[in-house]
Amino acid sequence: MKAAEIDVNEKIGNVREILTDTQKKRGILIHAFQQIQKAHNYLPEEQLILLSRKLDIPLSEVYSTASFYKHFYFKPRGKNVVCVCAGTACHVRGSHKVLEKFEEAFGVKEGETTPDLALTLETVGCVGCCGLAPVVTINEEVVGDLSAKRVEALIKEVKGK
Amino acid sequence: MERLKSIDDLKKLGERLKDETFRPEIPRVRICSGTACTATGTPKVLSAMEEEAGKRGINLDIVKTGCQGLCQKGPVMKVEPLNMFYQKVKPEHARSILAYTVQGGMPFRQSLYRQDFLSEPIPEMTNVPFYKKQLRIALRNNGLIDPKNIYHYIAVGGYSALGKALGSMTPDGVLAEVDKANLRGRGGAGFPAGKKWKHTKSAQGKTKLVIANGDEGDPGAFMDRSVMEGDPHSLFEGMLLCAYAIGAEYGLIYVRHEYPLAVKNLTHAINQATELGLLGKNILGTNFNFTIDIREGAGAFVCGESTALIASVEGERGFPRPRPPRLSEQGGGAWGYPSNLNNIETYACVPQIIEKGADWFLGIGTKNSPGTKVFALTGKVVNTGLVEVPMGITLKEIIYEIGGGVMDGKKFKAVQTGGPSGGCIPEHLLDTPVDFDTLAKVGSMMGSGGMVVLDEDNCMVDVAKYFLSFCKSESCGKCPPCRIGTFQMLEILEKITTGKGEAGDIEKLTAIGEKVKESALCGLGNSAPNPVLTTIKYFRDEYEEHIHDKYCRAKACSGLGTFSIDHEQCFLCGLCKQACAFDAVKETSRSFFIDQDYCTKCKACYLACPIGAVKVEKQAKRHGVERS
Repeated sequence: MKAAEIDVNEKIGNVREILTDTQKKRGILIHAFQQIQKAHNYLPEEQLILLSRKLDIPLSEVYSTASFYKHFYFKPRGKNVVCVCAGTACHVRGSHKVLEKFEEAFGVKEGETTPDLALTLETVGCVGCCGLAPVVTINEEVVGDLSAKRVEALIKEVKGK
Repeated sequence: MERLKSIDDLKKLGERLKDETFRPEIPRVRICSGTACTATGTPKVLSAMEEEAGKRGINLDIVKTGCQGLCQKGPVMKVEPLNMFYQKVKPEHARSILAYTVQGGMPFRQSLYRQDFLSEPIPEMTNVPFYKKQLRIALRNNGLIDPKNIYHYIAVGGYSALGKALGSMTPDGVLAEVDKANLRGRGGAGFPAGKKWKHTKSAQGKTKLVIANGDEGDPGAFMDRSVMEGDPHSLFEGMLLCAYAIGAEYGLIYVRHEYPLAVKNLTHAINQATELGLLGKNILGTNFNFTIDIREGAGAFVCGESTALIASVEGERGFPRPRPPRLSEQGGGAWGYPSNLNNIETYACVPQIIEKGADWFLGIGTKNSPGTKVFALTGKVVNTGLVEVPMGITLKEIIYEIGGGVMDGKKFKAVQTGGPSGGCIPEHLLDTPVDFDTLAKVGSMMGSGGMVVLDEDNCMVDVAKYFLSFCKSESCGKCPPCRIGTFQMLEILEKITTGKGEAGDIEKLTAIGEKVKESALCGLGNSAPNPVLTTIKYFRDEYEEHIHDKYCRAKACSGLGTFSIDHEQCFLCGLCKQACAFDAVKETSRSFFIDQDYCTKCKACYLACPIGAVKVEKQAKRHGVERS
């Protein structure tokens, strides 16, 4: 979805009845970021400029809000996103070792993207699959119960993608 | 779907569905489709089941339920009418399960639950130790119904509490019942929901909001996720009852973005409820209006704090603000409207309270904390998963009887409750009954209900460091005590865990921790030092060992201890030499040894050794001992 296509009234939902126009525009800001990120994989500058014009919110404030949330990115991301869970349960069951393995295999550090945009490596607070710790998500698909051997197989699988 | 025009319509539909759905003569499989079981293979098992049932010509009713709790043994399923409980089901088992249980009427032993390898299998779910002590109120329908089918929810008695409230109770009556039940907020602080509702109701202004907090950011907790994914309608019903009681017309559910399935199921459920006329204008033909919108978070832990959540809903940076005004007051809630904010689990308990009465609820749990609480039991415990238990049960019962004890026969060290804001409880306090007040008394808290079991391989200083670094990176940066305090504390912990600790560090940590606790703006900052303070309180000797002896007894921290190779055990594979990046492992014709002058204590050799011949010890051995 492009910034221009966002329908403020529809997206704000039923509470539209009690809000002023300014509140509505502000209220969908985070939703708008999500939509833009879905389409572009990150938040491109020109889209944010368009969004700022459309919603009458200064670009500085648009950036201020977007940069607060961890989920929004200002740089293009890799084709595959590998997210190592660093939640408590995963931590005590050795998630840092899993992360190290991925870092080694792809030559990137946590939070970085490979130069050819093949992969982005991240950590997340908790994906809520603590029963299967340690857990990794690959493009939203959850893979759990990782052992050293399974990590290696997984790395191979991701490389082949 | 036909719109329900009156309360009678709902009753009739309920009665009709009770007879039609879940008919006992039809064989039925209730398979867990929660996130964890889906990750371990539910979709494949499902299609195998369907295919096999087709081949055998069985009219099989497959119910894709929400999380059934025993995540570690997933995928799990119940097969009716024999009520067999199968775990770790693989696609190739589908044939046998249908042949044995559905057609043959006997258990398929291979997939039954066993306590351990040699013990007799346990066929019934209610007899499995993991489920035996549980009592399900908030999770009552998880494992029973398909969250995507509103008729299932109505068939098991859903929305009857709403019918009862709208038909025979006044808004004040509903409020009084919840107040009497002393339902305390399940999000962590334990503030009574009834009181909160009263505040919001008595606030000035006609427009009010009901907000559900589904920003479950605590690492190691996933009960809200299970309710949103597995039983969204009980959440809606709770919100509807709250809205009816306080006179609100608008509802919001704030869900964190890491839960895409929850968003999907909630949206689907809202559409169904609206179509049936259970949400929207003139609900069940009365003049009660209520709508629900979903708001997705974007990965900020602090947004679980009430004022920060409101800021995020309004489209601002998720900064908390000082209170008052409280959310429930005019000018305090979303867009200034008085708002009632409760946790997902709290709302999910409400329908049962209205239906069965406050006295029933008061009869469960302890005097000051009635009802049940859902815990996410994780970490180094045999059975991990979601457990819902009556308040007042002891930690020992949860960990040893439900959880089956510590993994791999290791020694129990501590249990961490309450997520990053909670604390670690040592072994001698395991008989502590679990409720809001006693947990606070031992320095921890209920929190959202995360319960992480730690064993002897976990270093308490490292655990404290982990939680603190989480809080540090999630600190929003608005108030200095939290922003700078957590940073400084982390610096000291970093020093200690890398062997550079000095005398006085523990006192410094305590002093800073107390200050941060007192002066931070919001709940995140107030509780951020808790893990450090409780570990210092109960495991001070481990801190001292790190600082004075430069030794980590759990061998989790790098840069501590003295490394040596046990020549008796060593079988000369040479992996340690390969692993060492600093050339500290030297080789003679008959043995390997570690040159202490080169060793950086990076632990590479310790991890590389396949038989554990590399030893990490407390006292530095005299030079040359190794070289004999």
